[in-house]
Amino acid sequence: MMVDPVIWDVGYLVSAAMFILGIKRLSSPRTAPQGNRLGAYGMLLAVLVTLVKMYTDTEGIIGYELIVGGLAIGSLIGYVMATRVEMTEMPELVALFNGFGGGASALVGLSEVLKRLQNSNVPEPGVELYAIWVAIGLSGIVGWVTLTGSLMAMGKLRGGFYIPFTKKDDRGRRKWVRFPTWGPPWMNFVKGAILLACISLIGLTVQDPHNYDYIYSLVILSCLLGVLFVIPIGGADMPVVVSLLNSMSGIAAAFTGFVIGNNVLIIAGSMVGAAGLILTFIMCKAMNRTLMAVLFMSFGGGGRESVTRTKVGSDPEEVAMICDGITKCVIVPGYGMAVSQAQHAVKEFADLMEAQGVEISYGIHPVAGRMPGHMNVLLAEASVPYEQLIEMDDINSELPETDVALVIGANDTINPVARSGEGPLGGMPIIDVDKAGVVVIIKRSLSVGYAGVDNDLFFEDKTMMLFGDGKKMMNELNGAIKEL
Amino acid sequence: MLTMATLVASITVFVLAIFLGFELISKVPPTLHTPLMSGANAISGITIVGALILSNSQFNSGDPGTASWLAFIALIMATINVVGGFMVTNKMLEMIAGKKRRGGK
Repeated sequence: MMVDPVIWDVGYLVSAAMFILGIKRLSSPRTAPQGNRLGAYGMLLAVLVTLVKMYTDTEGIIGYELIVGGLAIGSLIGYVMATRVEMTEMPELVALFNGFGGGASALVGLSEVLKRLQNSNVPEPGVELYAIWVAIGLSGIVGWVTLTGSLMAMGKLRGGFYIPFTKKDDRGRRKWVRFPTWGPPWMNFVKGAILLACISLIGLTVQDPHNYDYIYSLVILSCLLGVLFVIPIGGADMPVVVSLLNSMSGIAAAFTGFVIGNNVLIIAGSMVGAAGLILTFIMCKAMNRTLMAVLFMSFGGGGRESVTRTKVGSDPEEVAMICDGITKCVIVPGYGMAVSQAQHAVKEFADLMEAQGVEISYGIHPVAGRMPGHMNVLLAEASVPYEQLIEMDDINSELPETDVALVIGANDTINPVARSGEGPLGGMPIIDVDKAGVVVIIKRSLSVGYAGVDNDLFFEDKTMMLFGDGKKMMNELNGAIKEL
Repeated sequence: MLTMATLVASITVFVLAIFLGFELISKVPPTLHTPLMSGANAISGITIVGALILSNSQFNSGDPGTASWLAFIALIMATINVVGGFMVTNKMLEMIAGKKRRGGK
């Protein structure tokens, strides 16, 4: 059956338009669910157009096994992962999906080049050869870096891993290893050298397209580059890294579009690339650091201040008494809330306070947690009303009239030293909890945060420290409030 | 056959789409940062189109060849990215929207 091939391009165009509208609608709370569905339908359309196009082509579909098998296995795994995931594991899952997207693009490029070599379908030297080979090389570099970088980011988000086959301790756990963060200053030169080598390899493959060694070296070097790219970056900088990798997975797809000569890949990929980059800059701005500084200057590693002062911890009962009869309370969550999964206990506290007529709001720092919007997702899971989640700038104008600011597992994002403009935190926008009447901080210890800077706020007279695990302390506090 | 003209046309599309992406999302409320990221990521799974085309190869005659196996792995990864990505985004957005309704009453 012969069909005018223009019809397929029209189909792809419609699907590209659906992606554009989908992303647009994803950026406003009211239209976001619709935007996501629009994107999904656009994807379905693109897949259907591709299948029908292949079916009606002169050659037709010559083998269904890999196509049907791949779609079925992928859908099943994707479905299971999406259904089983807990909200607390969301950062890892998003990082993993990013990696899969990049990896798929890289594999498509690799498969294309091998297939062309196998069928002796290498173009004569000219525009076609240069364009396709350079596109394959670039989608390879970006794709493999995205894959290995995302796997590293996933490890960092998880914090570490259990070594299999080691002896279990009395709690039935295997040996736990922290995920390493390691980056001596010379590492940047190594990364630069590897990147240069990768680019030179693309040049070499263009000159000698039949050389397999160049192709496989490019794969290995790009994978290595991804690992070295993420390993020096600490856990608290992961919001930047994850959104940058998201951007890169889009760029890789766009390059793959050049490889197979398909505009919908180019459009969708470069749009995702741009959107991810915007998010990356939002995250950098929230830390008052440049992208270059996050990526290439190891942070908070060497000059960590050691804490010599001490502070007497308070009891949950004391805090419960302070909270009795107040009118306004602001809750400021941080990574510690995510780690201890305290969001439901936090919501219970808010409900108890609201039952006494206390006005509750949440102050959300843009880089609190390990992923853009991490706190918002966790609190939404605990059924916190969306209206109570207040952005940093707006909550700061409310804090001077706040009776109690309750901080759960945050440190750098509330450190007043940032306002002084000096040191590693200098100039970073913070939530001004120190302006509140009483500051209650739930934290494991007085130790420094990610930036390695001591926090004066802990030692102020109006600050009450509740030392312990976030969830445990929240539950004890809730219990104490109920007993009053 | 790819010519200079089609290459320039593709690069034009590429550059314009990047500008479009920047213009499209000027202000995103923090609550949507995570869903926007995972939704955009699901869209980057569009590489599934390339994986499908390259997975079209004969299996009956035995081994479809390294290139096809790589395309098969690419297809699995891209499908996970697409299906999982859209589902997870939907899950988060439903949660956020659900809370919004309840909070508004």
